[in-house]
Formats: sequence, structure tokens, C-alpha cells
Amino acid sequence: MQPKLTLLSDEIIARILGEAYELLLKPGIKVQNAEAREMFAAAGVIVDPKTDVAQIPASLVHKALESVPREFYLYDYDGNPTVHYGGDSVHFDPGSSGITILNPETLEHDTTETEHLIRLLKVAEQLPQYDAQSTAVICHDVPKEIQDSYRLYLVLLHSKKPIVTGAFTNKTVQEMIDMLSVFAGSAEAAREKPRAIFDVCPAPPLIWSNFGAGNLIALARAGVPAEIVSVPLSGAAAPVTMLGTVTQHTAECFAGIVIHQLAHPGSPVVWGGAAAIFDMRKGATPMGAVETTMLDCSYAQVAKTLNMPTHTYLGATDSKLVDAQAGLESGISAMVGALSGINMISGSGMLDFLACHSAEKLVVDAEGISMAKRMIGGVKLHTDTLATGFFDHNIDFKGGDFLKQKATMQLFREEQHLPSSVIDRDSIRAWKAAGSLDAFGRAKLRVNELLASYKRPEIDPAQERRLHAFMLDLTKKAGVDILPLLEHYQPA
Amino acid sequence: MSEELYKQMAQCIIDGDSDISVELAKKSIELKMHPLETITKGFVVGVNYIGDQFGLGEAFLPELVMAGEAMKAAIAVLEPELLKLGETRQMLGRVVLATVEGDIHEIGKTLVGTMLSASGFEVVDLGVDQPADKIIGKALEINADIIGMSALLTTTMVRQREVIEELDKEGLRPRIKVMVGGAPITRDWVTKIKADGYSEDAIGAVKIAKELMGKAD
Repeated sequence: MQPKLTLLSDEIIARILGEAYELLLKPGIKVQNAEAREMFAAAGVIVDPKTDVAQIPASLVHKALESVPREFYLYDYDGNPTVHYGGDSVHFDPGSSGITILNPETLEHDTTETEHLIRLLKVAEQLPQYDAQSTAVICHDVPKEIQDSYRLYLVLLHSKKPIVTGAFTNKTVQEMIDMLSVFAGSAEAAREKPRAIFDVCPAPPLIWSNFGAGNLIALARAGVPAEIVSVPLSGAAAPVTMLGTVTQHTAECFAGIVIHQLAHPGSPVVWGGAAAIFDMRKGATPMGAVETTMLDCSYAQVAKTLNMPTHTYLGATDSKLVDAQAGLESGISAMVGALSGINMISGSGMLDFLACHSAEKLVVDAEGISMAKRMIGGVKLHTDTLATGFFDHNIDFKGGDFLKQKATMQLFREEQHLPSSVIDRDSIRAWKAAGSLDAFGRAKLRVNELLASYKRPEIDPAQERRLHAFMLDLTKKAGVDILPLLEHYQPA
Repeated sequence: MSEELYKQMAQCIIDGDSDISVELAKKSIELKMHPLETITKGFVVGVNYIGDQFGLGEAFLPELVMAGEAMKAAIAVLEPELLKLGETRQMLGRVVLATVEGDIHEIGKTLVGTMLSASGFEVVDLGVDQPADKIIGKALEINADIIGMSALLTTTMVRQREVIEELDKEGLRPRIKVMVGGAPITRDWVTKIKADGYSEDAIGAVKIAKELMGKAD
């Protein structure tokens, strides 16, 4: 039995859905994308030409919910379905779109470039806790026009895992969709076994921006999975109450699903978000706040009553260092996300309100994820009797004898998660002998080990050539002749 | 009599109560109190108090915003009276605010606008996703003293520099001063793009704006 955390009663969920339908009509949804407005108008929705506000009837939401797939998979490079969106499956991936990286030596937050993304990819690739990679940081060493597609290019070259990504413009989302097709060999191949999913954000409150809605439409038409990341901020860009915020989140997701399914019924889309409270002292959006985890758990519960696949942003911290605050916020929030049965939990590795990434934090967070996954593995019944069968003639009121039992040898790996060297269970003497390191110090060592053991996956040279040629073409269109040199990949 | 009323005025701002601030503003008109004195001796005292409390960590953003709103409501009642007297409120300066092109984040910028206008600046808030020519055009149109620009993304903060470069090209500085803000903005960035001022929060922005106008407290 997978343990579950639920915060809402059925009655409250029914009220959330009811008021979300009301919000879709009044005040309605502001739709800043002309094509989306045209689709709405064609579907009989009243769209105010002055304000661009669409009044979306519940019937249209019901229709969209009928055509939405209730589950789908992301595939790794070898074509294995490794990420399951649907039910109570739980996966984690590193947070996306960081703009700085924690320098483990100077502790400065350095502006991110190509080498930093590759560092994060190498580490995450070798940690089984991460079922997917992400386009983790922006590479500021390439022109802005190609920053979106370039991140995806680097991940495709350095990883075999599925990818959580996203685009910042309507132009680049199409380029990235095309890149996936080119890499897979055809648009059909990319659609049949999707490698990547794209985060798409509405703007709170109740706005689908030009590029948000445009991205949804492009992804739906291409059949590439989209992940709606609604970001209500309680008390600033959403009602101060959790229930008010979750209701707004529901309305924003409903509107997104309608736009998406109007563009192409049956395309895969996920009920996701990065809800947070608004800190009333600092004006910040704390990702590590317990209320943020409660919002996410709540909206996931709403999604599950509709049988929608789910996503959220947890496992991150607002701390600037990989310190005690980072550990407790990331660990607790990852645990809440897992107990909420959320299909994809993004955010690991991230500090400073999702602005800063850290490879060292990725390896610490991997331990938190292991704990969370162990927790949802639940307490299992392995044996016919619970305890009496263990007490055979060899156990004579003596400790230690259980070590001699075959069952112990057979079952301890299933019962106990074995942490990596990042978790300290040494004696004080051994700990001192190993350098008296704290978790961050041990994480630095582990990162260095992983960087040393990394081998770039073997990818079909023809695919690599197509991918590189495509990227180079985009680069030239951006007015640049060369891309940064890569340590592990030298194009012919 | 008026002393007691001034106290109530300050208190209603601290309480963030727009209904009472409007009521008290009307009452001051009935009592033929001078509108300028009503503002400076009454309502402004409340705004300053809540700003100080915020700086001390004792007041929070909702209180700050509600105080700003209550102030605005009172001023809206008193301003026509000032005009009748042939006077205008001495504004500390004119400010154009905007979130730069490509960026739609505006919570922080709106907060700055609220606090600036509550503190005696005339503020025109252009909203989000504003290209350089629109920002500069509006600044010229209203003869602004200060342009305030917000950006939340590193990908959009470069737009702040574009506006400054454009202003320089047109020879509009130092006549128009430039303040910048937003999550990714650092002192280094401010120096690099040669902005005139920068603040971490809305209260700090008021202080900087006053300094830029040569009217520091």
C-alpha cells in the first residue's frame, strides 16, 4: 500500500471545482494570444474584443477533459518507457532554468554557462533518483535567440534520460519541437515515443499570455507533452487563503487544458504548477515554505479527482548555500510531494527561489529523494508470520543472532535504503579520520567522483550529426558562426 | 481639535483603512482645515510610521500596501480642494514606472509605485512588457524626473541597459534619472549599466528617489 497524504475533503474539492468553473465565467480568463482567442470564438466562447477576456463555459472544460489522455510515458534514448505520467507514480527531476550556479569553492552564485549545464547533466545522469534530466540552467555564453534550443541540444548530447524542458518564446518552442523531431528521425517518431515534456506557464491571476498559450497550441499540434505550470502566489497574485489559491490554480489549469485540447484533442497534457505563498516581509516566493508544499499537495489532490497526470515544483530551497535550511526545506518538501503521489516533482538541486543550481545539492537531494521513495514504498509484508517465524531455535534471547538468518540477508536490501557516502553514519573516529566533513563537504567529494566516472552515452553518429547540423543552422541564423567547444563531443 | 484629527488621520493610514481616510479628509474640508497641512501633518505621518515599521520588520507588505491605498484615497479627496485654492501639492518628483519589454512580472514594481505615490511622488505606472521607446516617450510627455524599471528575469534585465543607452544617446541624462530593481539586479549590474539608483525593496526605493531629487530626509 502506497502511503498517501491528503489535505482536502471530498466536499471541499467539489467546492473548489465549482468555484473554478465560476471563475472561468466571471471574471473569465484573459487570453493574450490571437490564435487561442480565435479557437475560443470558433468554439462559441464569448471573447471581449477590448479586454481579450474569454468566458469559458464548464461544458467546454468537460469536453476537453474527455479527450485528455489520463496517462502517458516519456521514453529514454533507448526507447524504454521510464517516466510514467498518471496514477500515483512518483518521479523526480532537477529544477529548470536556473540563472546562476553555486560555485562550490568560492560559494559565489556564478552566472551560468555551457560548462555549468554539462556539470549538472553529468551528475544527474548517474543518480538513479532522477528519472529525468532537465534543461537545468540557461547558458549565457550563447546568444539569447538560441538559449532555449541550445540547452535541449546539450541534454540530448549528454544524456539518455527523458527531459523536462520549456521555451521562453513561441518561436523557440517550435525550434525545440523540430529539434526533437530531427533527433528522433521524424515528427511521428518524436510523437510516438516522446523524449521530452515542456513546461508552460499561465500568468497569475487568470491570464494565458501570448507566449504561454502559443506554446500550448504548438505543443498540442505536435503531440509533444505539455506540462501546465500554474504559479499562483498566495496573497499577491492569488487569494491569500490556500483554498482560494488552489481554486485559482484549478481555473488556470482548466483554461490551459481547454486551449490545448482545442488545438489538438487527445494530445498529452499535465496538471502541474509551482504554487507558492508570497512572503509578506520580503516580497519573495518561498519554495521551501511548508505552506507551499500544502498548496501543491492540495492541487494534486484536485487533479487526482479528475484523473489527471500531475507535476509540481518541490525539493528546492530558498537558502543560498547547501546548508541546514537547504536540507530541511528540500527534504521535507520532496517527502510531501512523494506522499502526494505527484508524477513529476521538479526542483531538486535548486537554491535561492529557483534562481541558483548546485551539483552538490543534487547529490544531497538525491538522498532526500531516496528517503521519500522509500517512504512511499510503504511497510511491506514479506513473510508468512510477522515475527514468530524469525524466532527459531537459534534465537535464545541473544542480540546479533538475526544477522545469521537467511531472511536477513535476503530482505535487508528491500527493507532498508542504503544511502550514499553523502549521508554520514560513521563512528565519530571514522568521521574524523575521513576529514570531519559536513554534508556539503561530502557532497563535493561525491560530485567529483561522479564527474570523473561520467561517460557520455553512446548515441548513433547519424543522429548526432543531424542534431548538430540543426543546432548549427539555428546558431548561424542568430548571427554567430561557432558554438562553445564541448569536452565530450567534437562534431566532425 | 485639529491635533486630535491629525492623530486619527495618521492612525487610519496605519490601519490601512481607506473608508476612514476618505471620511477624515472630507471632515477636514468641512472644518476648513488647509488641505496641505492635513496631508503633511496628518496622513503623511501615518505613511512614514508604517514605512519605518516595515524597515524594522514589524510591519508587513499587506499593511504597507493598504496604507498606501488609504493615503491615495485621502489625497484624491483633498487634491481638488487644493486646486480650488489655486495651490498644488508640492510633489517630490515625477516618476514613470514600467516592467521592461519581455517581462510580465509586476508585483514589486506596483509596490514601489504605491509607496512612491504615498510618499508624495507623482507616479505614472505603464505596466508590464514595455519597450524602451514607450518608457522614454512617456517620460518626455509628462516631463518626468525619474524612470523606474523592473525586471525579474536575467534574460530581460538587459533591457534596462537599452533604455539607459537610449536616454544617453538622446542626451536626456542627467535630466532624467534612472532607478532599477528586480530579483536578479545586483550592485554590479547597476554600476555596469550606469543606473542612478537601485533598491532591494519598495521602502528603499522611496529613499533613493528622494535622494535623486535632492530631497533626502
